[in-house]
Parts: sequence; C-alpha cells; structure tokens
Amino acid sequence: MTLLLLILSPFALALPAAWLVRRAPRAAGLLALWPALLVVALAAELRGVLASGPRLIERAWAPSLGLTLSINLDALGLIFALLITGIGTLVVLYASRYLDGHPQAGPFFAMLFAFMGAMLGVALSDNLLTLFVFWELTGFTSFLLIGFDHEQAGSRAAAIQALIVTGAGGLALLAAGVLAALAAGTTSLSALAASGHVLAAHPAGAWIAALVLLAAFTKSAQTPFHFWLPNAMAAPTPVSAYLHSATMVKAGVYLIARTSPALAGTAIWMPAVTSVGALTMIVGTYRAVQETDLKRILAYSTVGALGILTMLLGVGTEAAVVAALVYLLAHAGYKGALFLVAGAVDHETGTRDVTMLGGLRRAMPRTAIAGGLAALSMAGVPLTLGFVGKDAAYEALLHGGTPWFTALLALLVAASVLMGLAGLLAGVGPFAGQHIAIPHPSGGADHAADAGNGPVYAAAPDGPAHAGHAGAPHEPAWAMWAPPLLLASLGLAAGLAPALLNGAVSSAATAVLGRPAPVELAIWHGVTPALGLSLITLAGVYGAWFARGAIGRSAWHPGLGFERIYTGALAALDATSRVIAPPLHSASLRSYVMAIVLTSIVVGGVALTMSSGIQAVAPEVHVLTYEALIVVIIISGALAATLAKSTMAAVLSLGAVGYGVALTFLEFGAPDLAMTQFSVETLTVVIYVLVFRHFRALGALSPRLVRLRDASIAIGIGTLIATLVLAVATFDTSDTLREYFVEHAAPLGHGLNVVNVILVDFRGFDTLGEITVLSTAAIGVRALLLLASAGRRENAHARKEAKP
Amino acid sequence: MTSQIFRAGARVLMPLLLLFAVFLLLRGHNQPGGGFVAGLVSAAAFALYAMAFGTERARRALQVEPLTLLGAGLLIALGSGLPAVLRGGPFMTAVWADGLGTPLVFDVGVCLVVTGVVLMMIFSLAEEP
Repeated sequence: MTLLLLILSPFALALPAAWLVRRAPRAAGLLALWPALLVVALAAELRGVLASGPRLIERAWAPSLGLTLSINLDALGLIFALLITGIGTLVVLYASRYLDGHPQAGPFFAMLFAFMGAMLGVALSDNLLTLFVFWELTGFTSFLLIGFDHEQAGSRAAAIQALIVTGAGGLALLAAGVLAALAAGTTSLSALAASGHVLAAHPAGAWIAALVLLAAFTKSAQTPFHFWLPNAMAAPTPVSAYLHSATMVKAGVYLIARTSPALAGTAIWMPAVTSVGALTMIVGTYRAVQETDLKRILAYSTVGALGILTMLLGVGTEAAVVAALVYLLAHAGYKGALFLVAGAVDHETGTRDVTMLGGLRRAMPRTAIAGGLAALSMAGVPLTLGFVGKDAAYEALLHGGTPWFTALLALLVAASVLMGLAGLLAGVGPFAGQHIAIPHPSGGADHAADAGNGPVYAAAPDGPAHAGHAGAPHEPAWAMWAPPLLLASLGLAAGLAPALLNGAVSSAATAVLGRPAPVELAIWHGVTPALGLSLITLAGVYGAWFARGAIGRSAWHPGLGFERIYTGALAALDATSRVIAPPLHSASLRSYVMAIVLTSIVVGGVALTMSSGIQAVAPEVHVLTYEALIVVIIISGALAATLAKSTMAAVLSLGAVGYGVALTFLEFGAPDLAMTQFSVETLTVVIYVLVFRHFRALGALSPRLVRLRDASIAIGIGTLIATLVLAVATFDTSDTLREYFVEHAAPLGHGLNVVNVILVDFRGFDTLGEITVLSTAAIGVRALLLLASAGRRENAHARKEAKP
Repeated sequence: MTSQIFRAGARVLMPLLLLFAVFLLLRGHNQPGGGFVAGLVSAAAFALYAMAFGTERARRALQVEPLTLLGAGLLIALGSGLPAVLRGGPFMTAVWADGLGTPLVFDVGVCLVVTGVVLMMIFSLAEEP
C-alpha cells in the first residue's frame, strides 16, 4: 500500500511543487529529492522482485466499470520506473537552473511532476484500461509541456500536433483494451500474458494487435507518425530530454514489449513490427545527420533509436529482446545526457546551430566531458553501454537465420554508422575544433527556422531564462553540468561492468518472452562476427565524421511528406467545416427552433402513425364550470399572444397561458408543480420584459408568408403534443417505479413529499447534475452579455475615433 | 417603475417573500415546497426589489455576487454527499440524525444555485444599456 501511494505521489506533489517554486524559486532544486527517494524505494523493490519474483498490488478504483488500480511489480516495469524516476531526478535538478527566474517555472514543475506520475502509471499498471488512462495523461501533460512557450505559434502548433497524433493512437489502445476484454475476458496484462495464445488465436486477435501497434507506433514516433517528435523540440530542453527521449516516447516500445507474450503469435505482429521499426531506424538516423539544429539532430536520432528498439522487439528472439532492453537502457542514458548538454550549450551561447558552434571545450570543460562520453556511448565505442547494446543487437540478428534478418542486420549496421555520426555531431561538435565567435544571437529562433525542410515549426527559444545572456560562454551552474555528466558516466560504468545488469535484464526479458531468459552480458565475447561488425561500424563512424560536411549537405532529402498528409488532412477538415457550418450554424435562434420543432413533428408524427397500439380516446371526464374557465383563459391567452401588436402584450398573454397551466396543475393534484410553474412564469415574464425592450415592434418583424409558415409549424407541433398527451393517458402506467417511490419515501427518505424526496434523495445525483447545468447556462448568459457589451463599447469607441 | 405605491409595496413584500422562501425550503420535505421553488421565490424577491429600486440597490441588498451564491450552492450540494463517504457508504447516500439530514443540506444548495442562476440572468439583462 505504501508503495502504491509512493507511485502515485508525483500527482500529489504537482501543485505543492508549483507553489514552492513560486514562493522560493531558488529552492526548486530541492524538488529533485522526492524522485530520488522514489528511486531508492523502487530499487529496493527491484531487489525484492529479483529475489522472490514479481508481485501484484490491487485496489478497487471504479468497481462498477471493472477498473482496478492494479500495479504489477515485475522487472520490466520496475526498470522503466527506475528510468522515469532516476532521469526525472536529474531533469528536475537541471530544470531548476535552466528555468531559473522564468515566470512560468511553477506551472512547469507542476506539469513535470504530473507527467512523472502518469508515466509511472503506464510503466506499472497491470490493467490495460488503467494503462490507457495513464497513457492519455502522459499525452496530455506532454501537450502542455511542448506548448510551454504558449505565446509562440510554433509551440502551440507542435503541441497540438503531438496531441492529435498520439491521442489518436491512445484511442486505438482503448479500442484494443475493449476488444481484449471481450475476447479473453480480462484486461489484466499479466493474465493476458499468462494465457499464452488465447488472444493470438482469437478471430479478433489481428485487430487487437493492429490497434495496440497503432498506439505504440504513434507514441514511439515510428514512421509514418515520426514527424511529431522533431516538432516537439519546441518544448524546453529538459522536457525534450525527459519526455521526448528518455521516457514517454519509449512508452510505445514498452507497450510492444508488454503485450508481446499475448500478441506476438498473431500473423501481422512480426512483419509489421520489424518492417516499421527498420524503416523508422533508417528514416530517423538519415534525417538526423542532415539537421543542423542540435535538438533536431538528437530528436531524429531518437526516432532512429526507437526504430531499432521496435525492430528488435519485433524479431522477438531471446537474444533480440535482451539486446532491445540493453539498448534501451543505454539510449536513455546517453540521449538524456546529450539533450541536457545541448540545453547547456544553448543556454550559454544562445544558439543550437552546429555550424555556429565550436571549440567550447575550454569554456565549458565539464559539459564537454559529459557530451563526449555520451557521444562515445552513442557511437558504440567499446567499454560503453552503447557498445554492449549494439553488440547484442548484432549478435541477435546474426543468429536469426533467415534472409529477412540478414537484411535487417545490414540496415542496422548502416543506421548505427549514421547514429554514431549524429552522436558526435551533437556531443563532440560544439566542443571540438576552433572556437567560433558567435555574433550574439538574440535567441535560438532565427537559426531554427531554416533548420529543417518541409513544413517545419520553428523551434522557439526556450524562454526568457537565457534571453538576456551576455558575455562569453562559460561553464553553467553545477545543477546543469552534473546531471548530464552523471548520466554519461553511468553509461561508462555499466559498459565496464555490464554483468551488473544481468539479473534485471534477464528478469525483464522473461516478462517479455513469457519464458526464462538467462542473460550473460560481457565486455568481451571473444572474436566473433558481431565484433567484426562493430569494428566496421566504428570505422564507418570515423570516416563519416571527416565527411560530415558532405553528408550533411547531401541533397537527397527523403521527402516522404507524412507531415504533409497530416496538415493536408487537417486543412481538409477545416475546409469541410467551412462549407458545412454556415448553413447549420446560422446564429439565428428562430431557425434553430424551427429545425428542432420540424424534426420533432416529422419524427414524432411518423412514430405516432406507425404504431397502431395508441388510441387517442378522451377519457370520460366531468368538466366543471371553473375548469372550463381555466381552459378558456389558456386558449384566449394563446390567441392574444399570437395576435398581439406589441411585445409587452404578447409577453403578458403568454404569462396568462402559463398561469392557466399552473392552475390546472393545482386542480389535478400537483401542488409542487403548480407552485414551481407560477414562480417560473413570473420570472420568465420579468426576463422577457428585460430582453424584449431591446427589440423592434412585433409587426415589423416578418412578412405575411413567413408568418403563415410559422403558424402552420406551430399548429403542427401543437397537434402533435395534444395527440401525444391523449395517447399517454391511454397507456398502461401501472409500473413499479411509482409504487416504489410512494412506498419508500417516508421510511427510507424520511419525507412525506414524495416529489421532493425523489429530487433530493432518490435521484439526488441527477439533481446535482441539473443544477450544475443550470449554473453553466447562467455563466454562459453572463459571458455572452459581457461580450456583447464589450463589442458595443468597442464599436462606439471606433466611431468616436473615426469622427475627429 | 418609479411609482411610489410600487416602491412601498416592494419594500414590504421583499422580506415577506424571502421569509416565504425559507418556509418553502424547510417544509419541502414533507409538504409542497422544496429547494427549487424556494430558490425561485427568493430570486423573485430580489427581482422585485431590483425593479423598484434598480439593480444596484438590489445587488447591495443581496450582499454577495450572484456568482458567489451559485458557487456556494454547488459546493454545499456537493458537500452534502460527503458525510456518506466518510461513513464508508457510496457518495450522496442520505445520512439522518434527529429528523435532520443531508438531503436538507442538499436542498439548501439547490435553493442557493437557483437563486444565483436567476439573479445572474436578471441582473445582467437589466444592466444592459
């Protein structure tokens, strides 16, 4: 239970964090202590899990919907959770300096913590539907964080794009969850995994797999959905490092890993996952080396790495899954570090354009070391974790045995060369070579606009935090160089002693494969074909580094144009609404009412004539004189209202109709209804009078033909309602509901007024909804009136200006 | 609407109407009445006052903004569901003690919301130039 609360605690911390940062901006770094505590707790849990196996914590959440808050603590989830909290700790620390003095720093930390909670939920949820809820929460917080500089149109567009693309995938995940629940009778991921091929053998299995993959591919920026990720670089750099490299974009990969025991048996799984992964790997790494903006280089290389991970999971052999897990850990380390380094460089120099950066190693030595170490891991130089991961991937594909795997291997080697080059461009380039004097750019905006091709959103400067930066670049505060240095060093440490990871990776691979997977990671496997390929890769990277200018300028841009499909689809939607909306949304209340009434006449009339069971027989009644008088009042009131020449007369006549109706309520034993009707009528007359004093006289309103049309519509609806009322009187209404209410109002509801007991007790929840609707309507009326009077003031002002 | 008789009448009628609203609210559980109609009547009281003396004085007589009334009403209605939760039952289960219960509290919330809604509309419309 404590652990469950700890896992959900980032949500609770979100608002206090915003408050703290607003009150004491210098103390923002202290917030990193909480995720650090979570790291300790989760690491202890991982130790326990490795020793005694996974465990499940379950709590009811919304039992009536079958939603449980079930947390599956196994190695796969915990490794993700440790990445989320571990890198989260460093990112919070880093952001405390990066956004120092930013007026929106408080909300930023609130969003960051909310994201952390959502992401932990994704990694540890055992229920597919619960996972969906957290999945959407990560998408929503990501939307807020990408749009952090919401005054920049580019940031807003990028945020909306990410939301639409990943949100669409999220809906697919929900559909998959529902289908899985129908097909297998459970939405528990561990139960689905344990059930083996139940889903895969089910007729809907392929659909479920396709929907899950759609969710995973959009979230993990797989081609053709990859375009949102480079655009998401509009977010502040700590967000790019955290969400769009280390954690959230890996949620799709995680989903593939998590569902593969249940779904890998479907026919589409292996071909779809491997080919999409391989395509993404090539597109991502190829585009990465053509970019000149540090963050976009890293974003595209992240796309490439996500492709590699997806491809390896699609291959799905024991060795491939192990390779994917190691690669994932390595990537989270070096890519997070490189983003943080890029942020520091941007912070100090005001630019992220690699062609304008160089020789910063003297000015920023510690940052340079962090960047260099991370780049080495990314290039897969021996003794780094990146090498171990790449080596394992080569090994896995070498032993695949089929020509398809051999082709994938060749592509992977090519992608690894490009990946290594991208790492060097981002991690070494700014620090190597001659120092380039930067002619004081005002921010990162000007260079970013031409950093890509196609409909690119200009990556906006991250905020005023470094806008006023002046003087030569120098080492940033420790909170900005220590986190990337630590991440990069961890990659080196794990590369030196990869055996440390054996237990966790083996346990996680077991969860993915559904069978035990022994793992033996080592620096040295002897002289193997994989080692040969690694050496070829390194040689390739070395060569590419010297040819980097030519590669960057290479003219062939793969204009796949998936983003154009996206923008085109949105434009088409806009165009359609522009055609459809005006006739439907005419802003004329009369035509709305007419549409509603006409529809009722047609639908109600057809229904009445079709059903033969209704006999509109007038029940036998003895009409008393005063009852007849009431009817006369109502009818003459209605006639007077239609014939009135002034609005006031019409309103008062309508009031008379209302009072007459209320009298009939009173007469036939509904005093509550009558009282309410009297009050409503009175107040309605008041409101009418207040509204109508702005209107023209009635007679001037409509020509004769229109009035004839309106009269016939009115007669139509009147006839329909009268028929309905008569028909209802002949229905058999001896239902049990009424008796139940009458019988139980006093003993259960402690009231004799059954109507009121129903309103406030039996149906209290409905009433709560109704008063909420009422309140919303009142606020709407007020807002519209305020808008109208503001508009009038503006017009009057404009007229005064025009008349000098 | 500046007739002396109307003003004098409004001055007397308004407190009576408010008293009547309270009466309706309290008896509503056992006899005709209830929060909704009580809210309408109390709104009518202030509407009458506004017609006689102008919205500015009616607002002063009301002491609080209609919007505040509306929000307070919603919160009270929502809050009346909580005692049940604290006692481990489902939200909004009625809790009774000595003839007083959470449904009455809920009804008070309804009354405030209705008053707020109607007055918000009437005041805004009346203040339109």
